[in-house]
Amino acid sequence: MFKYLKQLTSLVAMVAVLFTFTTESMAAKKSKTLKNTQKKGFVRCGVSQGLPGFSNADAAGNWTGVDVDVCRAVAAAVLGDANKVKFTPLSAKERFTALTSGEIDILSRNTTWTLSRDADIGLTFVGVNFYDGQGFMVRKSSGITSTSQFKNGISACTNIGTTTELNMRDFFNSRGISYEPVAFEKADEVVAAYDAGRCDTYTTDKSGLAAQRTKMKNPDEHIVLPETISKEPLGPVVRQGDSVWEDIVRWSLNTMIEAEEYGITSANADSMKTSDNPQIKRLVGAEGEMGAAFGLDNEWNLRIIKQVGNYGESYKRNIADTGILPDRGPNELWTKGGILYVPPSR
Amino acid sequence: MNFKLKDIGPQLMTVIAVVLVFGFFTYNAQVNMENRGIDFGYGFLSQESSFDVQFSLIEYDGSHSYFRAYLVGLLNTILVSVIGIILATILGVLVGIARLSPNYLINKFAAFYVEFFRNIPLLLQIFFWYFAALRALPLPQDAEAMFGISFLTIKGLFVPAFIWENFNIFFYSIVAAIVAIIVIRTHAKKVQETQGKQIPVLLISIGLIFILPLLSFLIGGVRLSFEVPVLKQLATTSFIYEGGVSLPPELIALALSLSLYTATFIAECVRAGIQGVGKGQKEAAASIGLTQNQVLKLVVMPQALRIIIPPTTNQYLNLTKNSSLAAAIAYPDLVLVFAGTALMQTGKAIEIVSITMFTYLSLSISISLFMNWYNNKIAITEK
Repeated sequence: MFKYLKQLTSLVAMVAVLFTFTTESMAAKKSKTLKNTQKKGFVRCGVSQGLPGFSNADAAGNWTGVDVDVCRAVAAAVLGDANKVKFTPLSAKERFTALTSGEIDILSRNTTWTLSRDADIGLTFVGVNFYDGQGFMVRKSSGITSTSQFKNGISACTNIGTTTELNMRDFFNSRGISYEPVAFEKADEVVAAYDAGRCDTYTTDKSGLAAQRTKMKNPDEHIVLPETISKEPLGPVVRQGDSVWEDIVRWSLNTMIEAEEYGITSANADSMKTSDNPQIKRLVGAEGEMGAAFGLDNEWNLRIIKQVGNYGESYKRNIADTGILPDRGPNELWTKGGILYVPPSR
Repeated sequence: MNFKLKDIGPQLMTVIAVVLVFGFFTYNAQVNMENRGIDFGYGFLSQESSFDVQFSLIEYDGSHSYFRAYLVGLLNTILVSVIGIILATILGVLVGIARLSPNYLINKFAAFYVEFFRNIPLLLQIFFWYFAALRALPLPQDAEAMFGISFLTIKGLFVPAFIWENFNIFFYSIVAAIVAIIVIRTHAKKVQETQGKQIPVLLISIGLIFILPLLSFLIGGVRLSFEVPVLKQLATTSFIYEGGVSLPPELIALALSLSLYTATFIAECVRAGIQGVGKGQKEAAASIGLTQNQVLKLVVMPQALRIIIPPTTNQYLNLTKNSSLAAAIAYPDLVLVFAGTALMQTGKAIEIVSITMFTYLSLSISISLFMNWYNNKIAITEK
């Protein structure tokens, strides 16, 4: 009798183990990052230490910017509330380690998409939310109006740990100009040193120059030179190896851009549910099963548009209205002369 | 047997615990890196670094390897540490002695200096010297010449460069002078021990170290000329000095703040050392007819040094490690160049951080070993 009982218990135990195993693997089909995020109740998002227009905290600790809006969109999609984001300010040096070590789940910090970053260090870029290029800022009084006037011995302030350092070398080398690179860890220190006269020029992404210019003692004394010396497609990054999470972030961004293309705004999103255009209806969750593949409900994209707005609204609110870069340039929709073009949600 | 086990048991357990902890961390890192698709390896060290560094003691540009960039950072760290240690020692000894001065003003001023600089966080002092003091410096075109040949500007200190002819002959003359001094010192010691006669070694030494190099100029064909920095216009309002040697303001600010800060601690060590020698020692020395200088040189200092050296070693180690704060003000030290830029460009966090840690460890242990050797040399040899 006891013998059988023993066998029975082990059988029950085995079944139990098997059962847990199956439920576990079913759940694992959903994304691990998604599961953790829903359990925690907030999206963990890495941002800059303060770059107006992209990710910048006000005195009350509220973050705003186009990079911030990507994380808010993901929060609206997976948690139903765009405000459920925990922002972690990171230096250029810390950002990738923070992401690969699992301290954050999305890195939305004006980060340039390059081959070596995408392929080498355990990261995946999901898209581009700002097309940028590296430029130079100089003092107006210097009389320099073009990079062709740079001479041997020029000193250039910049950040460490960015593509800027590499582009700068390529640029000066190809023109045979000797230069003195002065590289700081934090953007505020770069600005302080340039402003004090330590460097003749300050180089970083043009959007960064425009944003940092607003922080200078006297912004009107400085100009950004017209030349662009590199391609800097900036976009959100996720860890390698969680393709569902990767898709969620990618399509949250795509939804914002596509919503602008179809004229869906935070104000009219609800009324668009009854639109005649099936593409619009898909974008507001009124047609098709657009969330199931991510493990989300059908109105995830509607929530993004309602709570965060479309890309155009985000750009206007953060970059144009703040006077950083009123002209959208390449960051205009492809239908309006820009290069913003995303695959269709269908 | 039982007794033995009791002896080695705890030690064995400690070793096992250490191995287990390290093993766990290594394994954990391995698993996590594999999960995240990061591969481990030191191969990147031979790849082209493709970034430039502002200031380097060896020839370097972006076409060199990451290993070369590592050397650049390491040498810059050593440079600022050596400058800092020398300045801090000189200043520390002076202030330490000044604190014992019977002169009220000197005494209080030294005390004020010590209390002021050791009680402000070092990082703040570095920021002060770099950002606040830097802003007060003139632009290159407005700089007043110091002694007509050097310029202290917001872009750095520009000093004349030495241009040598037959530098090797000059160098040999100095080596010869040093060898001669050592020989004379040994001889003088022998003479004093056997005959009780004293030879004025110091005077002869000073004479030698000046006369021999001077002879190399007069008859050895050594020539020295200076290349004075010249102002060069880059644009309407931007200028730079060309020629000569330029010391970046980052190096100056860092060396200055490190030595001012560390000197306060060394001053206290020196004061403690001198005060630690009993009054009776001085009186006894005076009573056998030694002069004031001899008392200091033969009785007080040898005993004081024994008290001074161990805590001063700590300060040297602190200074070396504190030099890693350089990253805050763009001085291209090991942390900024290697654990900063190189780490970012390669993404090899574990490899680079481990190399950097190991390097600081080796640096500190070298200083420590040297100072221990010196400490043993001056320790009391019981007979």
